[in-house]
Amino acid sequence: MAKRRVLITGVSRFLGLRLAKLLEQDDDVEMVIGVDLEEPPVPISGMEFVRVDIRNPLIARVLSATKVDTVVHTNIGSGPARLGGRSQMKENNVIGTMQLLAATQRAERVKRVVMKSSAAVYGSKAGEPSLIPEDYASRPVDLTGYSKDCSEAEQYARDFGRRRPDLDLAILRTQQVLGPTVQTSMTTYFSLPVLPTALGFDPRLQFVHEEDAVEALHLALKSDTRGIFNIAGDGVVYLSQAIRMLGKLEAPLLLPAAQALASLLRSFNIVDFPTDQLKLILFGRVLDTRRAAEQLGFKPRYTTREALEDFHDNRTQDQLPEPNTRPTWERELFEYLKQRTETERETV
Amino acid sequence: MGEAEIINFDRSRRAPLGPPRPQPKVRCRASTATGRPCRNYATTDDGYCNVHANRSARDRHPSGTGNTGTIASEVSFDEPGGVEAWVRKRLRGDYPIDDFGYDPELARNVLLPLAKPLYEKYFRVKTLGVERIPDDSAALLVGNHSGTVAIDAVMVQYAVATEHPMERPIRNIGADLVYSLPFVGPLARKAGNAVACDEDALELLRRGELVGVYPEGYKGVGKGWKERYKLQRFGRGGFIQTALRARVPIIPVAVVGAEETYPMIGNSKLLARLFGAPYFPITPTFPLLGPLGLIPLPSRWIIEFGEPIPMDDYPEDAAEDAMLVFDLSDRIRDTIQQMIYKLLARRRSAFF
Repeated sequence: MAKRRVLITGVSRFLGLRLAKLLEQDDDVEMVIGVDLEEPPVPISGMEFVRVDIRNPLIARVLSATKVDTVVHTNIGSGPARLGGRSQMKENNVIGTMQLLAATQRAERVKRVVMKSSAAVYGSKAGEPSLIPEDYASRPVDLTGYSKDCSEAEQYARDFGRRRPDLDLAILRTQQVLGPTVQTSMTTYFSLPVLPTALGFDPRLQFVHEEDAVEALHLALKSDTRGIFNIAGDGVVYLSQAIRMLGKLEAPLLLPAAQALASLLRSFNIVDFPTDQLKLILFGRVLDTRRAAEQLGFKPRYTTREALEDFHDNRTQDQLPEPNTRPTWERELFEYLKQRTETERETV
Repeated sequence: MGEAEIINFDRSRRAPLGPPRPQPKVRCRASTATGRPCRNYATTDDGYCNVHANRSARDRHPSGTGNTGTIASEVSFDEPGGVEAWVRKRLRGDYPIDDFGYDPELARNVLLPLAKPLYEKYFRVKTLGVERIPDDSAALLVGNHSGTVAIDAVMVQYAVATEHPMERPIRNIGADLVYSLPFVGPLARKAGNAVACDEDALELLRRGELVGVYPEGYKGVGKGWKERYKLQRFGRGGFIQTALRARVPIIPVAVVGAEETYPMIGNSKLLARLFGAPYFPITPTFPLLGPLGLIPLPSRWIIEFGEPIPMDDYPEDAAEDAMLVFDLSDRIRDTIQQMIYKLLARRRSAFF
């Protein structure tokens, strides 16, 4: 097979950047074109960065000029505050996906499209199957925020797949990503000193380690298997169990109080999390990952528990020491680390 | 269908059905299909129980059920460290749960002991035919549902978890409503129950578990006193399809005594609608006596497990044959109904 020419959208975000770094070492990939609005915080050798908004029709020109055959779309974001408000977030997620797919439809060289969606499309309800399969029929109609964006983007992707039957489309529904460096609403929540929960509710949670999430994208872009794939680590943990494993305290609140606190935290931008995430701490959501294992060969290296443990053991960036109490060489190191931390935070 | 055992009321209530076994203090060295240490007492010289005495080494220590959430190690109170070490582990979050949320340590060490007085002292449950449940393979247990609150499901769970030689957990599948309730929902999951949908039932059976279903659903628990021990419609036959697809036997289960715990003499449709419940029971004591009315009446219970009905003789696509499914559903309903009538004819009184 000829060497691949890969275009990655959202290359300054966490997964896009990590994927680009992974492709540095991949001999089957001839060229990587990274697309985003901001420059990636870490230089990536062999990657060509193009600063373009995927909502701009210019993206079609980029696709044809770079002669890419593979498009990896990782630019659907979940944090409204990071993306400049909810309406801006929707613009980016839904309209961005539409424009990108419209441009890709014209680009005849493109034979493989991988879209990173989210497990959020399943919503979070009490009566869902304990392990939700990809083709689980009932789609929740009351999706809001991020999950709605993902659901709509997936719909456009499926329409696009029908219009380009020669092209292999894969959609990855990634579970909550967790790890030492990734920054998501879940990591922010788990970093709180006291974790608010809803009294009487204890959901089963499932995570995917950041390395596994990137590896799933990598596997998907190199395969030509079509379809929708759940991406998650093996096993589950209860929220109460996770809190104990992290050595944190739980603050069970009555449900209305929990809802009020959540909207308060959100409106003051203390915690940036999508509106639909609150339901996750009520009912949780666990995916059936067999299809990805069988058809993509995705074997997560970390289980849900191990991802949580790795997050707990190796996450250091939140607890850097104060600089002025340290000698000069340490201060320099601190400045360097601080810079890295900030840049990595921005990448998510 | 196999004949029910004759209930000898004069014998000691907990006497085993077979010849009396010696009860040495040593536990069996083998582990069960779910990876827990076998809790039977050892009967052979090399430290195995009757079940594991003639098994191969692999069967004595199966490497798990093949699922991702294999329960690796369980601290039992019998082990060094005892309760204190166990509590410390719990506080560190260091305990296994399976994909469905079953927490075997919590179930074994906390929930079952809580149900014990209810089972032994209050309802004085007599369990028959528990040996008909397979030791390590999957089966679908189909029971009659009664008694306003689903304590019957808990008692059947307790019966198999304690009286069966392998002390297997039953994984009941329950209505969505259960899982949307605070406290009840998480507790039901930790006790090993799952959601009443094809996906959950089929997956549990494929993992070799015992799955319990009560196809009457709310119609069973929420039926009036006049209809006691009359089986209601058996859902839409989904449980038959699941058993046919998984090719596992169906074990009929008859529970007698649960109807008398909360004799439902009325059903307030208005209050049910107000609380968003499927029914609102009115019993001789509830809501008349307030919270006191929530105490179930101390009826004497009999649980009987019937002869397994094999499902693997049917063709591959039998689950798609609607007539066959209805037919089988009716047959199983009749079987359970007959079992109930026989048990009712044999019991002397509902309470003594």
